Amino acid sequence: MKNRIELIRSALLSKEISCTELTKKYIAAINAENKNLNAYVLVCEDTALTTAAKVDKKIAAGEKLMPLEGIPMTLKDNICTKGIKTTCCSKMLEDFTPIYNATVWEALNTQNAILLGKTNMDEFAMGSSSETSVFGGSLNPYNTNYVAGGSSGGVASAVGGGIAAYGLGSDTGGSIRQPASFCGLVGLKPTYGTVSRFGLIAYASSFDQIGPITASVRDCAAVFNNLSFYDKNDATSSPKTKKVDISKLNADIKSKRIGVIKEFFTNGIKADVKKAVLSAIEKYRELGAEIIELSMPNIKYSVPVYYILACAEASSNLGRYDGIRYGYKTTNYNDLNEMVCKTRSEGFGREVQHRILLGTYVLSSGYYDAYYKKAQNLRQGLKSAFAEALENVDAIITPTVPSTAFELNFSANDPVETYMTDICTVPANITGLPAVSVPCGFDDKGLPVGVQLIGNYFAEETILHLAAKLEDALAIPVLKGVISL
Amino acid sequence: MKYELVSGLETHIELSTKTKIFCGCTTEFGGEPNTHCCPVCIGLPGTLPKLNEQVVNFAIKAGLATNCEISLISKMDRKNYVYPDLPKAYQISQFDLPLCKNGYVELSSGKRIRLNRIHIEEDAGKLVHQRGDVFVDYNRGGVPLIEIVTEPDFRSVEEILEYIERLQLTMKYIGISDCKMQEGSMRCDVNISVRLAGSEKLGTRTEIKNMNSITYIGKAVEYEFARQCEVLDEGGTITQETLRYNEEDNTTSSARDKEDAQDYRYFKEPDIVPIITSQEKINAIYSSLPENPYVRMERYEKELGLVPEDAKNIVKYKKIADFFEKSIDGIKTPKIGANLIISSLFRKLSSDNEKENFNIELNPKFFYELLKLQDDKKISANQSRATFEKMLVDNKSPMAFLSEADMSSVDDSAVIEMCREAVEQNPLSVADYLSGKEKAIQVLIGYVMKKSKGKSNAALVKSTILDMISK
Repeated sequence: MKNRIELIRSALLSKEISCTELTKKYIAAINAENKNLNAYVLVCEDTALTTAAKVDKKIAAGEKLMPLEGIPMTLKDNICTKGIKTTCCSKMLEDFTPIYNATVWEALNTQNAILLGKTNMDEFAMGSSSETSVFGGSLNPYNTNYVAGGSSGGVASAVGGGIAAYGLGSDTGGSIRQPASFCGLVGLKPTYGTVSRFGLIAYASSFDQIGPITASVRDCAAVFNNLSFYDKNDATSSPKTKKVDISKLNADIKSKRIGVIKEFFTNGIKADVKKAVLSAIEKYRELGAEIIELSMPNIKYSVPVYYILACAEASSNLGRYDGIRYGYKTTNYNDLNEMVCKTRSEGFGREVQHRILLGTYVLSSGYYDAYYKKAQNLRQGLKSAFAEALENVDAIITPTVPSTAFELNFSANDPVETYMTDICTVPANITGLPAVSVPCGFDDKGLPVGVQLIGNYFAEETILHLAAKLEDALAIPVLKGVISL
Repeated sequence: MKYELVSGLETHIELSTKTKIFCGCTTEFGGEPNTHCCPVCIGLPGTLPKLNEQVVNFAIKAGLATNCEISLISKMDRKNYVYPDLPKAYQISQFDLPLCKNGYVELSSGKRIRLNRIHIEEDAGKLVHQRGDVFVDYNRGGVPLIEIVTEPDFRSVEEILEYIERLQLTMKYIGISDCKMQEGSMRCDVNISVRLAGSEKLGTRTEIKNMNSITYIGKAVEYEFARQCEVLDEGGTITQETLRYNEEDNTTSSARDKEDAQDYRYFKEPDIVPIITSQEKINAIYSSLPENPYVRMERYEKELGLVPEDAKNIVKYKKIADFFEKSIDGIKTPKIGANLIISSLFRKLSSDNEKENFNIELNPKFFYELLKLQDDKKISANQSRATFEKMLVDNKSPMAFLSEADMSSVDDSAVIEMCREAVEQNPLSVADYLSGKEKAIQVLIGYVMKKSKGKSNAALVKSTILDMISK
């Protein structure tokens, strides 16, 4: 059963299971499975059970439950949780406990969402395999010889492995959609400005966006509706946010126009990924949608544009980790300069240091015009190209990733090749457009393949509608269902 | 003089908004270390700034008060550098699209000091050296600042000092800052270079950072000017560098710290959306501005007949000047009001601070009534001053301190009548006086004073009697 949220909710309301029993089952499953998956880096058993008891009390009193009340879930470990460690899976923040809640967690916590724990990720969300985590990588629930993806690999591993009903990740260049695709799940990167970034530990501020990783499109819509609201604490939060009308997800898609960017199907795409995506496109045609071929020559710049701009912002965002106020601090030093240098050299991993150095370089006077400024101009160009394309189509379909899940250590051995696999996901972050990844099949090794739908600004409903119809038509089973109720 | 001074100023002014530029913390000066802080202003991971709109409004006021163009589209940028007092390792400032540009401040000579720009930014915290250790206090971190940058238009120390004084009073007048240099709410960086008089080419400049005393700015510029002239006279060259002024021995020395030749890697602040300002808003702010203090001084001299010194002294304290103006509508000689303020009020409010705050309950309507009585010669200057001093203690109408008799006795015609009577009743004293016994006049004056129960003006009585008997 894919729609876990609906299922758990009705089981709680019908008193088929109490929230405490359910939570205990999840905790037991985490204790059994997590050593295989390395999805969780912190399990919050006590707070989860305390919240569950509150929910049970409400149910017993016959009170109404809020939409996500009592549903066991997880948060990526870069979303600040008051009184609960938030490490970004970095040695730098290994012992960091926030004194405030991220807006998204504040909203869910108010609803008595059951936070089972915090999940693994690439250090500071920099990576595509979650292997840059100081706690080691999260593994793919389909086959533990492969990664769960990244950077929100822990969330995908947990949801795919059935040890969380859903989770929240963050997506800067594909970090929600790519692991969702690798683990056979649905992952939504909302329109930039739709979900508050307040309390999300920044990687690249103009790209970062929080979103759900779920087992189904309807779960995704349900979670999204509880994250999408204006937040005065985030100046980039938009007052134009819209909720998805879930009842409309069943409507037919006749007369919908779907664009196919041909450049995504030429170079570097694995044969069985291409096959699965093309059959999904064929399915849309059968369902009555009109398929329109598009060409976007400048799409080839999106990976360098993304890495230049994201690293530039990261180099600034990560400047605050200096050992003075919080976080890791080196032990032996003679002066301030040495203290800061050693703290950062010891506290940050290799990938993070690479990106800080790259970002610092592209912003330096003398190189600014050649890199940062040029990348900014290309970003504008890509925005215009997508705006033009979306005037004629309701959504653009692409593979989510040109490959399926990487083997362990692939990223460390070939970082540039790994960067190139972001080609399909980064355009949505560069432009700020919403994009969802939904499963569309498997490769020859039995690893999931995902297809991505990119929509217009604030058109989450349109892309989730298309995704729901594909999900229904393909009826691909999820690996593990809900904990037996 | 062989060499000419060429100097420009960068002035930082702390804005007196209630809350900080990007969070709700108080901007109050002082406080226990790290008590005026929150997750946002100490830059905890995940926090985001939200721009205080009042900061934008205040900066627009500053721009309009100094004849600047206000940018309809402006943005914030990050200035990246590492220092313990800067918790995010970047200062949110403005780089290429400042809020205000191309203004000027006019000096008394009529010379205009051109302003290149005014931009908004956040202040940093400060280091506290104690018990052989270094601590950081972030209370000041995130306090809003404007930075006002001039062109290199200064040619003398006097021009620099007058500019600072004028800028300070102008900013205080529009109510955006208390501009207290000793508390650091106004600080100057001074750029100095020299060139041969008559030359067009600018020399290499040095910069003296973080000056917060007008006296020391004067001394520092004089010293640095002399030093550069000497270096050039000896055939040397000036090194472009940041200097520190040493108050103890009045010298400058090289400051090798965070400010040295840095690459700040400026880029657009992605957490804050561009600042869009409408012309309507600018117009509304413009029409809300008070009269410029220097225009006001000129008006006090020309229209109200105040001497320049008095005009300056009253205008200097906006609250007092406002009070003065509320009281003089319909008064023929406003100067009498200025005199009372300078003699009695200023004596009571002895410090600059007290005058600035003007914390005295005094209804301008009552002050008007008092001035009107004196204007109509119903009371003497002495009576007026005595009454005013009572009013400063007890906020009541002057009538509460004056009786009918007080006023009738000094009515001009009554004084004349009493003087005539004194002359008629004392022919011997009149004769004595006329024969050279000057003291005899006292008898006549004493007669009038007794008759008027001491309430008339002795000088007036004397001159009236002398007028009568010398005819």
